Amino acid sequence: MNQKKTLLEVRDLAVSFRMYETGLRQRNLQVIKKLSVSLHEGEVVAVVGASGSGKSVLAHAVLGILPSNAIISGEIRYQGELVTDELRRNKLGTEIVMIPQSVTYLDPLMKVGRQVRGTKGTKEQQEKAFERYHLKKEVAKAYPFQLSGGMTRRVLVTTAVISGAKLILADEPTPGLGEEDALETMKNFRELADAGAGVLMITHDVDVALQAADTIVVFRDGMTIDQCTKEQFLAGKEALHHPYTRALWAALPQNGFTVPASEEEWRG
Amino acid sequence: MWKFIIKNTLRMLLLLWVVSVVTFAMVEISPIDAVSAYVGEYAVTEQQQQKIAEYWGLNESPVVRYCKWAKNVLHGDMGVSMIYRKNVMEVIGERFGLSIVLMGCAWVLSGLIGLFLGIVAATYQGRLADKAIKVYCLLLESSPSFWIGMLLLIVFSVRLRLFPMGLASPIGMSVSEATLGQRLSHLALPVLTLSFTGISKITLQTREKMIQVLESDYALFAKARGESVWGFVFRHGLRNVLLPFIILHFGSVSELFGGSVLAETVFTYPGLGNATVQSALKGDVPLFLGITLFSTIFVFCGNLAANVLVAVANPQIREGGNRGKRSKKNEKVTA
Ligand SMILES: Nc1ncnc2c1ncn2[C@@H]1O[C@H](COP(=O)(O)OP(=O)(O)OP(=O)(O)O)[C@@H](O)[C@H]1O
Ligand SMILES: [Mg+2]
Repeated sequence: MNQKKTLLEVRDLAVSFRMYETGLRQRNLQVIKKLSVSLHEGEVVAVVGASGSGKSVLAHAVLGILPSNAIISGEIRYQGELVTDELRRNKLGTEIVMIPQSVTYLDPLMKVGRQVRGTKGTKEQQEKAFERYHLKKEVAKAYPFQLSGGMTRRVLVTTAVISGAKLILADEPTPGLGEEDALETMKNFRELADAGAGVLMITHDVDVALQAADTIVVFRDGMTIDQCTKEQFLAGKEALHHPYTRALWAALPQNGFTVPASEEEWRG
Repeated sequence: MWKFIIKNTLRMLLLLWVVSVVTFAMVEISPIDAVSAYVGEYAVTEQQQQKIAEYWGLNESPVVRYCKWAKNVLHGDMGVSMIYRKNVMEVIGERFGLSIVLMGCAWVLSGLIGLFLGIVAATYQGRLADKAIKVYCLLLESSPSFWIGMLLLIVFSVRLRLFPMGLASPIGMSVSEATLGQRLSHLALPVLTLSFTGISKITLQTREKMIQVLESDYALFAKARGESVWGFVFRHGLRNVLLPFIILHFGSVSELFGGSVLAETVFTYPGLGNATVQSALKGDVPLFLGITLFSTIFVFCGNLAANVLVAVANPQIREGGNRGKRSKKNEKVTA
């Protein structure tokens, strides 16, 4: 895996927000202190961490969609190239994509097909993507509120794949989904990575993430505190260095004793 | 569909009945005496006044008069206007023809300007353009429209002599004889004045709604897909602010009507608003009642149009309201 091309490299990223308290006193809220993570072609990296630890901020920093009061330092590289607004203009929505979390990321008043196409996709691409994810043709003419949970999930995935994305950022892709839909989402990510894309998956749910991830990055208080491979993680306590990672491991439903039968097919 | 039509027709009839009773009662207790208002400065004897009152049937009790009037209206006879000596329907028809041009232009103008300003303010939220637009709205909101009208008159008619002082056509010429250019130049200032009444409300509402849309998840997603802000505004923003805009703007027809009374008075524009004031001041009860009923229908239709349009434009109501249809067309697929 290490010979594979590096897609995304984040080095020493720090993000803080300029806040104004009562009066004119200004205070900077440091959300990410020091974060490094890298992602290769064919790899699924799961970023896990508690709520409020700055995981979404990381994704938004890469996409350049942080609000204007954010102060960003550090380095973000895509395929070795420094990510600038210029690069984003060319690659966002085609090579670099985000898979949103829920139906609220779709315009409630626009038909789904047109939204999946976006401003950069074609009808052909959209129809092909729908076919691939077993979405009926008529779904393109439906409005978001007419979709079921599972369909919504697949529609959101198609927004990312119509143009052959290379770098996929998925923020909390599973909460609110039933187990079946969550597993299907993981399967989709695994397939996308196997086809050569890199997937950065942000999640609370270590258990589900393990279904697809190659690498686990543990994130806490604005810092990467640990990074390990899926195998290391599954091997348990002895292989893990950081106590927080151990705690995460201990919290798994199977507690390290047995691997559920359903896991076998994912391991390949 | 039939249920909808019948329901709304009944609602309108009930409304008309209530409005007519209330208006009749108010005219009755108002201090204006129709006869003396009619004769004005002329020296008339007591006897002659009696005769006029008799001729108009003013000596009977109010209840009897209301019933007579209502019966005639039900037969399609709104009576004869005392001051114009013409059939009430005829007066309303003539006057409304002029007013609807004025109100229509003002309505379209205020809608377009309000929508435009609201969108610009929201898109540049917190910046200079936004602040300027907010101040402008505040100023508009706190200045009465007749005052704005007089200001426009002073600047554009008296000082700059760009537009005529009033009326709908040059003096001594009927509206039908006037050229289009002449009519437009007579319309310009009243339209501008009247349009100001609606602008600030529409601007502020559109701004609010557009800010909501710009802060929505789908705006963030559009940004993450490389769409520009203005691209997003046109592609997603417009359609999402349009529904509340329709509700507000069609619902504002009553204010438009009220505003037209002031604007027509300031510019002596011979429309329905002007006739309203005349009929009220001179105690022309048949005309006043006729105009009241007519404007009630007009406003009611405006609100109805808003409801119908929203139902047609909103897919959640259009396609989701009818569950039977939806399950045929867009059935939910479970994996
Ligand atoms: N625009 C902002 N201004 C100020 N503070 C912000 C802003 N955006 C995020 N934060 C702060 O940054 C911290 C991290 O937020 P973030 O959304 O990245 O957390 P997260 O790890 O994604 O949490 P969750 O798992 O709940 O999604 C939070 O404490 C939040 O209050
Ligand atoms: Mg988050």
